[in-house]
Amino acid sequence: MSNSASFFSDFQISDLLFLGEAAGRTLGISTVSITIGTALGCVFGWALQESKWFAQATIGTILDIFRSVPLIIQLILFYNFFPIIGWKMGPFAAGAFVLSIYTAALVANVVRGGIDAVGTPMRRAARSLGMSYWQDLRYVVWPIGLRAVFPSWVGVALSVIKDSALVSVLGYLELLRASQILITRTQEPFIILACAGAFYFALSYPLSKYSKKLEEGWAS
Amino acid sequence: MDYNFHWRPVLRKLPELLEAGLLTLEVAVLSMLLGIAIGLGLALLRMQGPTPLRQIATTWVEIARNTPALFQLFFFGFGLGAFGLHLSPYLIVLAGLTFNNAGYLAENFRGGFLAVPETQVRAARSLGMTAIQTYVRIIIPQVLKIVYHPMTNQMVWAVLMSSLGMLVGFRELSGETQFFASKTYRIFEYFAVTAVIYYVIVKIILLASNLLARRLFRY
Repeated sequence: MSNSASFFSDFQISDLLFLGEAAGRTLGISTVSITIGTALGCVFGWALQESKWFAQATIGTILDIFRSVPLIIQLILFYNFFPIIGWKMGPFAAGAFVLSIYTAALVANVVRGGIDAVGTPMRRAARSLGMSYWQDLRYVVWPIGLRAVFPSWVGVALSVIKDSALVSVLGYLELLRASQILITRTQEPFIILACAGAFYFALSYPLSKYSKKLEEGWAS
Repeated sequence: MDYNFHWRPVLRKLPELLEAGLLTLEVAVLSMLLGIAIGLGLALLRMQGPTPLRQIATTWVEIARNTPALFQLFFFGFGLGAFGLHLSPYLIVLAGLTFNNAGYLAENFRGGFLAVPETQVRAARSLGMTAIQTYVRIIIPQVLKIVYHPMTNQMVWAVLMSSLGMLVGFRELSGETQFFASKTYRIFEYFAVTAVIYYVIVKIILLASNLLARRLFRY
């Protein structure tokens, strides 16, 4: 084994740090995408709910496509499309761009469900009490709808954290790609994948538990 | 914009791509069938299994739901290699998708079973039905109605997830596309056509599921 020592070295403590840093980047790109995607998704969902056929025919169709094509194909497609139209985008920007639209497509559906959950009678009642359209939206639809769809929104956020693993295809050094690099160097796939899995678990499990607790608080 | 689109080489390979699409569909359907069987078992174990088995089922479900599908695929691909177990790309994708499907479906099934009140079992039994009759005629039809929609979603997810096969060397629709794309450097064109094929596959599944639902839940 002495001649292979220069190529492979054992798993070290500093590698955990490397994985931790990569986990931070996973968290970073997910946070950016979830924030932008949720903001866009709220607008799209509201538009889909309020204007019937026009928004449905334009935004609805586009978002439907983003939900029906594998994320990995979307990422490769856009990453290769940006240079064609002359935009210079690195892996992070391209990845965050696609992930944001993908999130928006999922969130739009959630938001639409939330506005639906409030129901027309409630909104008519708000309007007949003298509230303006925007007041109705802000003080009636928002608080009621939010509670109705918060669990689904958390579900979307969790799935985006996990799906961000696919940005590794563009060469972005996030958690899964970092673990692959370590596997190549140390030849210890099992330990390293277990560590990467633990990091993912640590990112997503507390969030799902926290949302459950929040829900129970609202229910009581 | 000084880029010339070349669609002809892609269209020439269309028959191969469509055939790879069938392979995608095959692995998705198989993983779904296996996933339903295992998911049902996991759901029942979580509800009324002995403690050690219940813990194993819970661990399975939590790992499947809290880690990326690609991670699960890598685990079956490289992770098992640590134990000298080397699966073929087809088996890696099938095992990874089945593991994931079973985890998600188990939660759906559990929700479905919990939604049917337990009093119905007792009512059916006191009417003289056997345990099997109770399950087949009373419980399963109601549970099926509740989990039908989530199951359709999972089927769509299985098709979309199978695209990860290209990262473990499986030549399904995405893998085949990447193979051709890297040969001709027409990456954008190839993947654009593949995106359309995926879209059509998903739409066909949803349509079929709607037709089936209309037939199943007529009452």
